[in-house]
Amino acid sequence: MKHLLSIEQLSRAEIESILDRAESFAEVGRRDIKKVPTLRGRTVVSLFYESSTRTSSSFDLAAKRLSADLVSVKAAGSSVEKGESLKDTVATLSAYDPAAIVIRHPYAGAAQMVAGWTTAAVVNAGDGKHEHPSQALLDVYTLRRRLGSLEGTRIWIVGDVLHSRVARSNLIAFARMGAEVTVCGPPTLIPRGIEALGCGVSYSLDGIEEAEVVYALRMQKERMSESFVPSLREYAANYQIDSRRLNPRQLLMHPGPVNRGVELSGEAIDSPQSLIAEQVAAGLVVRMAILYELLAGSEGQAPAGDGEGSKPTPIGTPA
Amino acid sequence: MSLTDLLDVRAGENAHLVLRHATVLDPVAGIDAVHDVVVRDGEIAALASPGEADADGAEVVEAEGLHAFPAFFDPHVHLRTPGHEHKEDVETGTRAAAAGGYCGILAMANTQPPVSTAADVSSLREQARAGASVPVGFLATVSKAMAGAELTEMVELREAGAVGFSDDGLPITDAGLMRRALQYQHLCGGNIALHEEDPALSREGAMHEGPVSAALGIGGIPSVSESTMVARDAALAGYERARIHVQHLSAAESVEVVRAAKAAGVQISAEASPHHLCLTDEAVRGLDPHRAKMNPPLREERDRQALIEGLRDGTIECVATDHAPHQPEEKDVPFEQAAMGVTGLETAFAALHTELVLSGVIDLSLLVERMAGGAEPFDLDRPTLAPGSEANVVLCDLGAEWTVGEDGYESRSANSWCAGQTLTGRILMTVAAGQVAFRLRSFSLGVAA
Repeated sequence: MKHLLSIEQLSRAEIESILDRAESFAEVGRRDIKKVPTLRGRTVVSLFYESSTRTSSSFDLAAKRLSADLVSVKAAGSSVEKGESLKDTVATLSAYDPAAIVIRHPYAGAAQMVAGWTTAAVVNAGDGKHEHPSQALLDVYTLRRRLGSLEGTRIWIVGDVLHSRVARSNLIAFARMGAEVTVCGPPTLIPRGIEALGCGVSYSLDGIEEAEVVYALRMQKERMSESFVPSLREYAANYQIDSRRLNPRQLLMHPGPVNRGVELSGEAIDSPQSLIAEQVAAGLVVRMAILYELLAGSEGQAPAGDGEGSKPTPIGTPA
Repeated sequence: MSLTDLLDVRAGENAHLVLRHATVLDPVAGIDAVHDVVVRDGEIAALASPGEADADGAEVVEAEGLHAFPAFFDPHVHLRTPGHEHKEDVETGTRAAAAGGYCGILAMANTQPPVSTAADVSSLREQARAGASVPVGFLATVSKAMAGAELTEMVELREAGAVGFSDDGLPITDAGLMRRALQYQHLCGGNIALHEEDPALSREGAMHEGPVSAALGIGGIPSVSESTMVARDAALAGYERARIHVQHLSAAESVEVVRAAKAAGVQISAEASPHHLCLTDEAVRGLDPHRAKMNPPLREERDRQALIEGLRDGTIECVATDHAPHQPEEKDVPFEQAAMGVTGLETAFAALHTELVLSGVIDLSLLVERMAGGAEPFDLDRPTLAPGSEANVVLCDLGAEWTVGEDGYESRSANSWCAGQTLTGRILMTVAAGQVAFRLRSFSLGVAA
């Protein structure tokens, strides 16, 4: 695997291999010294054209935990504001000979284009409303830890599917892992033709009780002014996941940031069924695994570690 | 009217040619036989029996095995002049047209500034007389500065030589303004060419709305964005007994609306582009802005089939390229940000010949007929090879394979939707309004030898 541009490009075996790798990094995270020398002397560029808390911080930390040199560029405050094109920005940053470029961009296909302009490995950290593969991988990782396997698991993805790259990547990833996915939301926020991706479609929460996992999406406030929904109040009345609608054996997920009281009620967020904090923790190890897979995995090097049996152990001696 | 009555071209010498043993095909004139085509004094002087035309000082082209068709006419070209000459100008755009086998084109008015005054039209006509390789006509905008609010001075524009009117690039959203333009047509004449799209339905869309846009997370432009506007304008044209030309049909529903309007007696004509006839939204999956980003967008297979059926039954009378040159910096950006449009003049015939004729979807004669069908909706004589008519001839090697872009382009821009593809059928020579407008370099060397 040269780049991680989409979930679409990954086979089930490739997804599993990244998740197995992430498991071994989880072990590193429990040590006092959480750093391994795997990417020592190599450079990772993180290039964010959109605001982000979780994704950018966890990719940055993942690179540092792997001992890479990190250059973080945010569009705000950079030459992007002076009108530099994406192509020229990538050419500029490529002059540092980075091993990887992690990019988030407001438009679909940006990461793929960047991959054509640089010799670095490119990681798509979100391209428009298209894909967000690292999010999908960390969500599958989180669920796999809880459930063992996603085979036959019924998962409902609820909310603004139309504008959500998370919804697209996740439904592909969940389906590829054997889950049965239903997307649910008001008809104005379900893209026409989405069922071609292999999911069911529901315009109401009726039937959500069949799901083992409820995955709520962020409802962006500006959608109301664009009349996708008449009001957030009415939206919440019809689609909010609260303790009444969530039954005790269901797991609840959300990619963050959450609008409390809109897509999720406060008590649902804070309930023991909520995996939201686990998702964030998974973000770090999964992103370490992604960088490892792209930058070290292909070289087939098996860094000396304190491995346990047959588990993949990419872990070097603490740096 | 003959092309040069209304269109402008650089003055030059009339060709004196004999295309010996050419396979001549002009379906409208009922010609389908091997002849010696004699071009002299700006006319098709004769279609002589093969091998029998007297050279009489003419250049003799050995055309055995080659096809001679009436040259093509494209009613939808963006010459980008004035204002965007870095993409195309009158000289390069008409050279591209000549290389594609065209003997005439119409230039759209969505320039910078738009062609909205008599002075704008006069200036462009002067440029055409100075440097156009093939006759070119200019449309003027329907609304002042294409703002969609007030009518241009349509009478003066016509007197200055505007062939017709169009706000192409933008729809005329105000039905009241559209109606007034149709009323004014009774005074000034000139067809009105329409880019049909309801912006309230297209919104931020960048591709066809359907399963592919759902998978890519790109905003969709629904088919009804086009078809509802076609229906509105067909109704207005019928009501005002006026005449409209619907540009770049893309959706099956739109074809149906045009068909029904024609059956009801509305004066409506329509065009389809080579890319809509050859590609579907599946081509967008690769997110390549160079080849797959245009407006109207590439739609689904059922739409493509409906366009082909429209070509067959005459609902769509012509192929029009919507030749839309752009520079790399406008295309080397993510799909949603990229400029809309692809070039098409130099590849239209070969692409359609390869995709539709060689695959058996349509007959060669239908393609030849539709490639020249864009003249009549704008009151121009259809190019023909009937003896005595203005000499507009394209000579073509239907068996020749070539790779698009391999030898560069005559156009100033390289955003061809079929760049890199190998096509079958090559234009060797174009005669436009009696003059040799184009000769393929290797072919002319062959002649000299």
